[in-house]
Amino acid sequence: MSGEILFQTLVSGLLIGLIYALVAVGLTLIFGVMDIVNFSHGEFLMFGMYSGFWLYAMFHLDPVYTLPLTAIFLFGVGVLVYRFVISRIIDASMLSQIFTTFGLMILFRGIAQFFWKPDFRTVDSSVVSGNVNLLGVQVGLPQLVAGIGAILVTAGIVLFLTRTRAGAALEATAADKEAARLMGIDTQRMFALAWGLGAACAGVAGGLLSTFFPIFPEVGANFILIAFVVVNLGGFGSVLGALCAGVLVGVIEVMGGFLLGPQYKLAIVLALFLAVLMFRPQGLMGKA
Amino acid sequence: MNTSNYASSPPASPIPIDGFRWGRLLGSLFLVIALFFPLLEKNPSHQNLAILMLMAAQLGVAWNIIGGYAGQVSLGQVAFYGLGAYTSTLLFTRLGINPWLAIPAGGLVAAALSVLIGWSCFRLKGHYFAMATIAVAEIIQIVFTNWEYAGAAVGLNLPMEEGWKTLIFSSKEPYYYLALALLLLTLAVNWAIERSFLGYYFRAIKDEPDAACSLGVNLRRYKLFAFAISSFFTALGGSLYAQKELYIDPGSVLHTGLSIKMALVAILGGVGTLFGPLFGAAILTVIEEGSRILFGGSGRGTDLIIYAALIVLIAVYYPNGVIGWLRSFIGRRKAMRRSLANGEA
Repeated sequence: MSGEILFQTLVSGLLIGLIYALVAVGLTLIFGVMDIVNFSHGEFLMFGMYSGFWLYAMFHLDPVYTLPLTAIFLFGVGVLVYRFVISRIIDASMLSQIFTTFGLMILFRGIAQFFWKPDFRTVDSSVVSGNVNLLGVQVGLPQLVAGIGAILVTAGIVLFLTRTRAGAALEATAADKEAARLMGIDTQRMFALAWGLGAACAGVAGGLLSTFFPIFPEVGANFILIAFVVVNLGGFGSVLGALCAGVLVGVIEVMGGFLLGPQYKLAIVLALFLAVLMFRPQGLMGKA
Repeated sequence: MNTSNYASSPPASPIPIDGFRWGRLLGSLFLVIALFFPLLEKNPSHQNLAILMLMAAQLGVAWNIIGGYAGQVSLGQVAFYGLGAYTSTLLFTRLGINPWLAIPAGGLVAAALSVLIGWSCFRLKGHYFAMATIAVAEIIQIVFTNWEYAGAAVGLNLPMEEGWKTLIFSSKEPYYYLALALLLLTLAVNWAIERSFLGYYFRAIKDEPDAACSLGVNLRRYKLFAFAISSFFTALGGSLYAQKELYIDPGSVLHTGLSIKMALVAILGGVGTLFGPLFGAAILTVIEEGSRILFGGSGRGTDLIIYAALIVLIAVYYPNGVIGWLRSFIGRRKAMRRSLANGEA
């Protein structure tokens, strides 16, 4: 393999890895604050993609420009899901939590199929299209913009968690719900915030993806497994862990697909995931 | 939240006395109806519905052994189901080995894999274990989708060689009785486990792992045992599917949703209860097939929406399943009777 191809593969792995990271950041936020694994997270991403697509198809607004709208829309979806469903199962068993979010996953796919049909849709002429030359490597502009967007949003989440009062309250709730409540933090509000932010992260990732990825009701399935792997590798609840693990998974996936054939991409990532779990059950960056 | 304590524990007294009487009555009633059903109901599509229920119930009972009794939430049981279906079908079609031998062989292959997985994954707790099992099932699905000898994405056909020797039939009745026999066998094994020292160990592993460990229970060995038994019977269910449909492919026997369905059957009925999966399978099959027949034709996912909405409602409002609901109902009635009696005295 020549150096140029290697570099090219690395860059494309890095860019898709940043998207994986953003999806996983949303998942890990929800998990970190509530100890609930959201199986319907891929569907938040799917809604984000459709949001980008429909704003484009109906009002000719580019998915890149409508990202803030998509984020707000998905924040609302996340909060509603929390208020009407998740708030009722906070103290339920892990099994009923798994099955509630799993049911939501099928429900959201069904809703998407009902309103938008199972067809593949694409955004044909986004403002970001074509290739750019980056340090001698041909990179798709949509992928580049998506990667940069994903970094910015992840950085925004980190800043929010570390530099604002609401972020500190969220972190406090994640660390100890009871203590946070005793300190006067409205934990119900924090849970809703976590779901809103988590859904918005997945939604923005979806909006960024919609410029170059086909859009269909089951699209979330492609991403949820990877997001699980990323969250596990990064350690449940760790945002920075998710970022690093996302990039790592993206690069390994693209390199593995290049070496062994694209049909084994996912299998390689999952095998790596299992291997890491054997030696570090708490993830690469999780605390023991 | 303590992640190891994944299911809300059942009421302290395991089975209320009159509940037990009811359980026996319902059990025998079920058996009588089940034995004579195909003789009374000749409509093949109704017979097929009954077969689907029995098969779903059998998978739920098998899931319950690892997920319900031993408390290890496996969401990758479809790996064993598919492995059973593929092993028996490959042995039969490629090597000409009789299904009576090939089917148990499939079960053994699945059990062996489960020991391998369990040996490396039982260190993981709660969510981690659940996700590791999903990952294993996905990897196996990808392998079979790309494995030419096993038919790859095209799948495998079984020859239409009718008879009890090949376990292939053109009518539904034999499959019905095969499914019923397999369900009863799985229930019997589950019952025997529940009654033996293993049942106590499994429950100890689930409810008080640390205490069990400190009393010298080899946690990993008994978890492995539960996993192997569960996987063996799940594989037999997969082989039965292959014999019945005469066609398997990764989409039908290695589909992720199937893993979830196996667990769902047990949860709907009552996690860690012997007969719960029977109720769960009946409810789930009726919901699934009913919404498919009534709304599936539109191709717009209405059946999915109804199916999913019901899953969410049940998971949120009836997390203890039908048996849990019955127990609390009987418990309430008894309490009421007692308070009435006290009032009179």
